[in-house]
Formats: sequence, structure tokens, C-alpha cells
Amino acid sequence: MEGFLATPVGHLALTVAQAMALLVPLLIGVAYLTWAERKVLAAMQLRKGPNVVGPFGLLQPFADAIKMLMKETIIPAGASRVLFIMAPMITFMLAMLAWAVIPVNDGWAIADINVGILYLFAISSLGVYGIIIAGWASNSKYAFLGALRSAAQMVSYEVSMGFVIVTVLLCVGSLNLTEIVRAQADMWFIIPLFPMFVIMFISALAETNRAPFDLPEGESELVAGFFVEYSSMSFALFFLGEYANMILMSALITILFLGGWYAPFDIAPFTWIPGPMWFVFKICFCLFVFIWVRATFPRYRYDQLMRLGWKVFLPFSLVWLVLTAAALKLFGWLPAA
Amino acid sequence: MIAALAFYLFAAVLIASAVMVVTSRNPVHSVLFLILTFFNAAALFLLAGAEFLAMILVIVYVGAVAVLFLFVVMMLDIDFAALREGFQRYAPIGGVVGAILLLELLLVFGTWQFASDAAGFRLNPAPAGVDNTRALGRIMYTDFVWLFQLSGLILLVAMIGAIVLTLRGKTSTKRQDIGRQIARSGSVNLRQPALGAGLGEIGIERPPVDAPAEPKKLAHADHGHGGHH
Repeated sequence: MEGFLATPVGHLALTVAQAMALLVPLLIGVAYLTWAERKVLAAMQLRKGPNVVGPFGLLQPFADAIKMLMKETIIPAGASRVLFIMAPMITFMLAMLAWAVIPVNDGWAIADINVGILYLFAISSLGVYGIIIAGWASNSKYAFLGALRSAAQMVSYEVSMGFVIVTVLLCVGSLNLTEIVRAQADMWFIIPLFPMFVIMFISALAETNRAPFDLPEGESELVAGFFVEYSSMSFALFFLGEYANMILMSALITILFLGGWYAPFDIAPFTWIPGPMWFVFKICFCLFVFIWVRATFPRYRYDQLMRLGWKVFLPFSLVWLVLTAAALKLFGWLPAA
Repeated sequence: MIAALAFYLFAAVLIASAVMVVTSRNPVHSVLFLILTFFNAAALFLLAGAEFLAMILVIVYVGAVAVLFLFVVMMLDIDFAALREGFQRYAPIGGVVGAILLLELLLVFGTWQFASDAAGFRLNPAPAGVDNTRALGRIMYTDFVWLFQLSGLILLVAMIGAIVLTLRGKTSTKRQDIGRQIARSGSVNLRQPALGAGLGEIGIERPPVDAPAEPKKLAHADHGHGGHH
């Protein structure tokens, strides 16, 4: 066995097995996130939510998936066929690709690369392509308007997100995700960098096109925005990609601010629960807040969205970055290089 | 072996997509091929061991610059016939410009030689025990900090210039002042109702619960439809 794993084929097989071990739970998580969202929204609006298919409606996601598969894929006559089909694939693939570097536990990352956080940032900044290409290839005005909104929105919020990440990196002194979590062994970064945590969370909402920033698909103005022309499985891929991105953003927030796999207190009942479980709990908490926000806030107007990104978050995160750097230098807390 | 194969694959795709950028008929496809080119360049950086540069290339060029580029190109209403119209007329000028550029490139590459210590740097680009992110940081922020800051300043000036050139002081637009809206009082009030109480019990927005509903009923008695069921 050891010998086989050392060969290139064995290495490949091992990597594929690792990827499967991560992606299969992830996809099941995505399926149940759609269920959880409907249940939580229902509870918040004094409804029942899905409760017919299976106990507590637990089989609802699979019923939905089968329904999607059975439907006909419609490609509009004026659409750019190749790009139209490629767009949902890009969205879904990027949402899966980013998970390669996520450390679920100390040393449990498929690829523990030096520039892990940059890789994540790069992949999340590519997410906009699926949306723009979908909007353009559909050859529909609603879809195109949705795509344009999305491009402007995601680029705007990426800027402040970049500053948030730089602030965290200053405190860690490494771009490696495992190192970032290890630096939080004593104190989670949410405590010293709380304002950055808030900015990161709101930017994550904007990056994933979630309410109150779901303008790219704002159904009251744009019918369904960029995916108005999509049906059946191509629609389902967008849908899954969006939810996988939500989980990814929650994982990123967990790694940057909520101490990754660490228990909140290093004492007995908390340390009995293994690290990966804590990681999943924290992701679930973030996802619950994502859904909570959706149930609570009305959609932003587009100019207000841009104002918030450029005139509030950008200056604030820039000032906080300088303050953090100054404090680290002044008190000699800079991580040893 | 695998690294060499990967290099040739990425390099071939890079050159092919770069050719497609200039030959493809549809400008949106051109931009998408340009993005593919960036990606392959990033992959080549990765193969060369420069992972920081690769990621920055993807973040800055693919994630931001090309998005805006695509954004603009998609919104352009391009008439393809008009674009190709003057091809015959402009071909000689284009040919001359191309020939001059080719000549210059030949002159440059003809006298190309490696710096004397380049071979040593190439074998060992970063000092031992330092990853290339840190090595780049040391060079940019320690050795060449003034040049680095100066280039940033030039970009800032360019940005301010673009804003000054395009910003027109419009007097007709209405602006929202959120601070003033929030500070406003009188017309809109913020209330904290008791938890769990119905609107009737709090006594807002509706007549009291014990108000007689009798006259309303009479007024609508002759309607055969309506929402008062």
C-alpha cells in the first residue's frame, strides 16, 4: 500500500479520494442548506416550510433535484450556445475548486499551499464570470442587466474584502490558511478585529449575491436577473453554486475570524468535541446568520449598495488597516518574520 | 517529466488563446480568450515556483481588470461590417507599423544576452528558507520602497485625472443624504411595540378592537364580490 501511494498513479488516486471525501459531504451539505434555508425562513415567518416529503421534509432536496433533472433544458434561440452552457458549469466548478485549500482540521487540507488565502481570494473573485457570461450569452435584457449589476457589485465589495484579508494577514504573518488558524489558538481574531469581521460578513453577503444585496437577481425588477433564461439542470448548477459559495464564504469567515477548528475555550467539555466538528458548527452558525439576514432585511437600492461599498466600507477598512499596522508596530506585536 | 509536459501544455494553450484574442470575430470572445491567456500565464508562473505572482495575476488581471474590460466590451454596440470596412485601405499602414515593430524586436533579441549573475539567480531565485512572497516583499518594500511608492503615486494621479476629466457637476440630480434622513424627526417615528402583542392591543395603525363594524357591513352589502370575507 505504501509503495503504491508513492507512485504517480497512487498519488493521483489518493488525491481523488481526498477530494471525494471533501466534496461528497459538501454537496450533501449544499442540498441540506437549501432545506435548512426554507425551514429557517419558514420558522421566522411563522410558517411550516417543507414538511411533506420524508420526515420533517428531509427528502425535499432530493425531490427537487430529481424534478430538476427531469425538466427539459431550454437554450434560447438567440443565445450564444457554448457560453450559455459553460456559464453554470463555471459557477459550479469554481465553487468546488476553492475547497482544495480549506483546512478542516490541523493539517487536513487537500493542498496546504503557501498562498492559500490568495488562492481563495482569486477563486472567489472569479465567481463573477459565471454570472457575466450567463447574462451575456442569454441574449436577454433582464439577464444582461442582472449580469452588469453583478459585475459592478462583486468588484466593489472585493476591494474592501481584500483590505480585511490584509489586516488579518498583518496579524498572522503568513498567507497559509493553516497558519492563519494556528495564530488564533489563544484568541480568535473576531475579538481584536471585530469591525473587520462585520465588514467581511457584509461583503460576503454581497459577494454571494445574497439578500439584502441580491440585486443581480432582484425578482421585483429583473424577473430572475442573470439566470432568467436558464432551466432544469443548468439552473440547478447555478443554484448549487450559489449555495456552495455561501458555505465557502462561511468557511473563509470561520478561518479568518472564528478560529477554524479551535474550540471556543480550551477546557474539558469543549475539547471533547473534535476540531472538524467545531469547524462545521462555526460554518453552520455563519450560514444561519446568512439566512437570518435574508429573513430580516429588505433589498438595498442599487445606489445605496454602491455607496456602502465605496464610501463606507472602503475608507473604513483602509483606516482600520493602517491603525492595525500602527498598533502592531507600536506594541511590538508584529509576528516574527 | 510531468512538469515539462504541463509547461508545454500551458504554453501551447497560452499561445493559441493569444492568437484567438486577435483573430476572433466577436470582441466578447476575444476578451474571454484574453482571460484564458492570463490563466495560462498564471499556471506558468506556478510551474516556475512563483506562486505569489501567479495568484496576484489571477486576482488583479482576471478578477478585476478583465471583469471591467468585459463589462465595457459587452455594453458596446459594435457593428462588425463597419469594423471590417476599412481593412483594405488601412492594411498597408498596419503592415508598415507591424514591420517596424518586428524589426525592433529582432534588434532587441539579436543583442540579447544574460546578465553575468543571472544563471545563479535563476537556479536560486529566493534565499534559502524564505518563501518567494517574503522575498518579493523584502525587495519591493525594503530595497526599492521609493520606486514602489512612486509608481503607486503615478497610478493615483492617473486615477484622479480620469475622475476630473469625466466628472461633470450635475445640478439636476437628486442626492440622498442618509444622515439627514435618519436624523429627521416628526414625520416618521420609531416605535418599540410590546413583544407578542397584536397591533390592536398596541393601538396603532388600526381602529380600536371594540369599534363597531356595523356601518361598514351595510355599505358593502350589495357587493357580490370583494375581499371582505
